[in-house]
Amino acid sequence: MSQPRVPGWIYVVVIPLVNILLASLAAGLLFWYLDINPLQAVATMAYGAFGDSYGLGYTLYYTTSFIFTGLAVAVAFHCGLFNIGGEGQAYIGALGVGIVCLTLGGKIPLLLLLPISIIAAGAFGALWALIPAWLQAYRGSHIVITTIMFNFIASALMGYLLIEVFKPPGSMSVESAIFPESSWIPKVHDVAALVGLDLQRSPLNLSIVWALLSAVGVYYFVWQTRWGYEIRATGQNSGAAEYAGIHLGKTVVLAMLVSGMLAGFFALNVVQGEAHQIKLSLVNGMGFTGIAVALMGRNHPFGIVLASLLFGFLYQGGGELQFEFGVDPRIIVVLQGLVILFSGALEKMMKHPIERLYLKYFYRPTTTDAAEA
Amino acid sequence: MEAFNSLILILDATLRVATPLIFAALAGMFSERTGIVNIALEGKILASAFAGAAAAYVTNSPWMGLLAGVMVSVVFAWMHAFATVTHNGDHVVSGMAINILAAGLTAALGNFWFRQGGNTPNLVDPFNDIDARFTPITFPFADQIADVPIIGGIYSELLSGHFLLVYIALLAVPVCWFVMFRTRFGLRMRAVGENPSAVDTAGISVTGMRYLSLTICGVLAGLAGVYLSVAVTAQFLPNMSAGKGYMALAALIFGKWHPRGALLACLMFGVLQAIADRSQGASLGGFSIPVQAIEALPYILTVILLAGFIGKSIPPKAIGKPYVKERE
Repeated sequence: MSQPRVPGWIYVVVIPLVNILLASLAAGLLFWYLDINPLQAVATMAYGAFGDSYGLGYTLYYTTSFIFTGLAVAVAFHCGLFNIGGEGQAYIGALGVGIVCLTLGGKIPLLLLLPISIIAAGAFGALWALIPAWLQAYRGSHIVITTIMFNFIASALMGYLLIEVFKPPGSMSVESAIFPESSWIPKVHDVAALVGLDLQRSPLNLSIVWALLSAVGVYYFVWQTRWGYEIRATGQNSGAAEYAGIHLGKTVVLAMLVSGMLAGFFALNVVQGEAHQIKLSLVNGMGFTGIAVALMGRNHPFGIVLASLLFGFLYQGGGELQFEFGVDPRIIVVLQGLVILFSGALEKMMKHPIERLYLKYFYRPTTTDAAEA
Repeated sequence: MEAFNSLILILDATLRVATPLIFAALAGMFSERTGIVNIALEGKILASAFAGAAAAYVTNSPWMGLLAGVMVSVVFAWMHAFATVTHNGDHVVSGMAINILAAGLTAALGNFWFRQGGNTPNLVDPFNDIDARFTPITFPFADQIADVPIIGGIYSELLSGHFLLVYIALLAVPVCWFVMFRTRFGLRMRAVGENPSAVDTAGISVTGMRYLSLTICGVLAGLAGVYLSVAVTAQFLPNMSAGKGYMALAALIFGKWHPRGALLACLMFGVLQAIADRSQGASLGGFSIPVQAIEALPYILTVILLAGFIGKSIPPKAIGKPYVKERE
């Protein structure tokens, strides 16, 4: 006897939406407790994030960062790996960008430098993911633990390098020299001014183009190439994948290299596009936000771009809440935690109730079902 | 004598630094031995540090702070249990959610309640009659024999003068060992982590055991957090757990999921931290070791150990796997 079928859109659309609704509800309760009308808060955030070209610029700047870290988490997820090391990989990616911009900046034109810095960001991030990947694939140590450890090792390493190597002599603050101006990734408002569009200054830079290209690239890589197929097969059933002749070790390493590379690209946006120098703890939790973004985007590049936009809106709008209501902007971190809790950890909680509800009220047995029964 | 004194000072600092690690590592042991991956230790420490300091300040009593801190940590542990045991959610995702929630909630609520940028007010404030910090315990005659060479240093400086929670942490190690390895309860707990279906067949509830072990985990992690805020700094500072939960997890793995091993690992990490705190790096035969290298050493050692290059650390067999009871 065949089971009554629940259509796919219930799993792809309804259940994720219900989970996000639950997260918003919980967040709404917290806002209400903090003496903030949740609806008014959303209005304030929407105005702050989308109201003018300044707010929008910031929103899209954050979005760019989240696309990179979200894609990084998603690619590893497809292989059944949980890469919590985006934080460290992005930090080390900044090292790659910094070395390129400080040594070549001002000496060669941006058009020549940019491909080199993109490769450096990706290669350094990938390199930082390589050791945990190799240990997972060939020595059996768990990727979650090793990537956590590598986050701390990265921050110690960067702390050392900033103080001993990159800090200009005589400077008090722990940060590298400012990169030569010709190595900066152009800001969108500057580019817009060239074509006569008048936008307010914002950190939004052309990295966003690379972020969107990366999203398309990840789609192509995961669903249209043999490597992507091997990664997905390994993630869904490593035993079957191995039986089919897929080399598990190589696949794990490949997935993590791509994941680390994407996390490394984060540095293009934040370091080469905005800060123009390497700073202490410049990733600042955005690697972890990538987990929420990937969960919410259901590990699909299109979903991740949308989820990144949502989180960009939350980050920029959250800052606005501080001016308007005097609330700590880190309230956004709570929201992020709730999203991970409800769409990630508790994703199965609503599955059975919704299935049952659908079968009870919306399900009409078709003739084929009846025949099979 | 000079060398001896600085040795005593370093060991003294080691005890202080290692205490939260010991609590958290034991907490992690209870969770992981029953098969629940726990990267949420960090969040529990942070949340209980905040709740402890806030409650201690409001009630003007460190003991109420202790109670509140432990309770909040247990609630977070139950949340982890609800997600991972009841709803078979991913253990790592749930742990991440708790860590991030704790970081956000402590900052948002702290700022809303106290308006000090996320800090809690100082727990020792003679002007407002606030004295809600744990006080160090001085052993009898500690002051009198402080000047006696060697013995004075060891007794008065190293052994005496710590917070009560330091001694509780040291005592908790043998107690947890006894519970885990010498009682029926402990045997069942370990069995749940190795082979849950066998435990289920014997008529013991896997769910019940896992909830129970996470409750114990919550209590111990709560003590770690309360120690940080109510005893050491006498104030909550945002993000004050500063990776201690992850370091405790490393210590637990390093100690091969065993209380004695975990204690030794915590003390070793504590010594490294104490040395790093005391100096701007150490020198070894004319070759200077940067302070960051000492700080990163616990993590590097754990990675090397996990890779099987120095001994082998084998996790409980059923760790991270949801237990779904067969239906029909």
